[in-house]
Amino acid sequence: MTKVLLSRIAAARSGDKGEGSNAGVIARSDAAFAFLEEHLTAERVREHMAAINAGGVKRYVAANMRVLNFLLEDSLGGGGSASLKTDAQGKTHGLALLRMELDVPDEVLSATPEA
Amino acid sequence: MPGKDKVLVANGQGFWGDSILGPVRLVNEGPLHYLTLDYLAEVTMSIMQKLHARDPSKGYATDFVQLIDRILPQLIEKNIRVVANAGGVNPRACRDAVMEVIDKHGISGIKVAVVEGDDIMGRLDELMDAGEEFRNMDTGEPLSTVRDRVTSANVYLGAFPIAEALDAGAQIVITGRGTDPGLVIGPLIHEFGWGSEDWDKLAAGTVAGHIVECGAQCTGGNYTDWRRIKDMARIGYPVIEAHPDGSFFVTKHEGTGGAVDRSTVAHQLAYEMGDPAEYMTPDVVADFTSFELTDLGGDRVGITGVRGAPATPTYKVSMSYQDGWKSVGQLTVSGPDALEKARLCSDIVWERLAMDGFEYADEEKLIEFVGANVCHAGIPVPGAEEPSEVVLRLGVKGPDRKKVNRFGSELVPLVTSGPPGVTGFAGGRPKATEIIGYWPALLSKELVETTVSVSISGEAR
Repeated sequence: MTKVLLSRIAAARSGDKGEGSNAGVIARSDAAFAFLEEHLTAERVREHMAAINAGGVKRYVAANMRVLNFLLEDSLGGGGSASLKTDAQGKTHGLALLRMELDVPDEVLSATPEA
Repeated sequence: MPGKDKVLVANGQGFWGDSILGPVRLVNEGPLHYLTLDYLAEVTMSIMQKLHARDPSKGYATDFVQLIDRILPQLIEKNIRVVANAGGVNPRACRDAVMEVIDKHGISGIKVAVVEGDDIMGRLDELMDAGEEFRNMDTGEPLSTVRDRVTSANVYLGAFPIAEALDAGAQIVITGRGTDPGLVIGPLIHEFGWGSEDWDKLAAGTVAGHIVECGAQCTGGNYTDWRRIKDMARIGYPVIEAHPDGSFFVTKHEGTGGAVDRSTVAHQLAYEMGDPAEYMTPDVVADFTSFELTDLGGDRVGITGVRGAPATPTYKVSMSYQDGWKSVGQLTVSGPDALEKARLCSDIVWERLAMDGFEYADEEKLIEFVGANVCHAGIPVPGAEEPSEVVLRLGVKGPDRKKVNRFGSELVPLVTSGPPGVTGFAGGRPKATEIIGYWPALLSKELVETTVSVSISGEAR
């Protein structure tokens, strides 16, 4: 096990979705996807993003694209144009998620090319 | 035209405000059959409605008219057809402006079609009287709670009216609100003769449309590993090479910047995604977990095996309504002690406002220290603890316009009556602006009629 940032084994993109945002996490390898599917739970993401997202987190899986899709249900400070926040569209939430620290098995790291 | 075994569709615009260089370079720098242009976001319709209320000749994407003026000769020379949702809330005015441009170029015989029927603003009361409640898809509340404040109401139309316009020979198709992927599916229905129950093919078109709808976001823009994206200034906008069986390739013109590979395409597939297994459009319910992505190298990604399920009997309706007022302003605070001084500034503003009888609840207030980890709040970020300068960004919102405006007059005084090193107050007092609320609902398809009308340049209108 090695402690790494999520960005070591995944990329991400996010944007607004109603009163919340979605952050798609794209695994950098099949091994990374299998590891993340097991360990990157909705609850883990909710804890990491708690200061940004006041609501719950839903997770969807799209294995064909090696994507875990997280819906952060109340992350914009209001829907439509009601948000006062700098990041009113959640454009940076994916990168915020990639700052998460994870203990990753070395065989997953060796099977996953660096960015 | 029908009978092609391959059709090239490119999207040159991801939103109203995207660069004009995208579509200009798409028509100039490589082969193309169709150019699609996506100008509309949810809030855009409401902005256009406001422009239209002030001036009945406005309410559409004026950028589109400038673009046509610039690329018309190439469109005709190369026989490239254009599909754009530039009509906004006033597609006919957009059409008239485009026809004027074509006339100015002295070209006759060009067919320009308008797709209408999406705008139900004028029919809202009639529909509500007939029993439609337009319950908010997120909250479940009926529209009657905000009816008197509704500022726009549009149905997301599907791709078939676009195909009908192309069948009628239109070189330029202008729509109002429709689905973003529909701009791409329409040409494929027209070219390949896909039917309204060819679910897998319509789903494939939906996936293709979703990949290109934000322009350069699938070719290396807004991409995690940005250092490896070459020549971002000359980033190529995406081109779909579609085939009659529903398989397609994502690519871009040769020699352009950016990248198309499995990862850049997957980034865009994940954008604005809800449940990937049920991507709802009026044409089909597409399954984004069904297909295979193949990275072919050379900026080419293949997608095969897309599955779709029958469409639902309803259209999604996108409505906007007046939802109060907001005001945001900012000042720059230099070091030393930038963050500490910015905090003091913030406290002073709220205290002075309270002194004058204006108090704002926590949920009505915004306090940001930009530069000290605003975007990634709560997540440890090296260097954010002692920034050399910060932007103090304060804001308020609420139903009372006067109270929201009062806030704006206590920001600039900090320059002379706060701690030292406060600057960057250009722009003066922030003013209250309207908050536009978004109200998603459903409406039975039977209650909506779409029309396609074609005009021909050089002929009397």
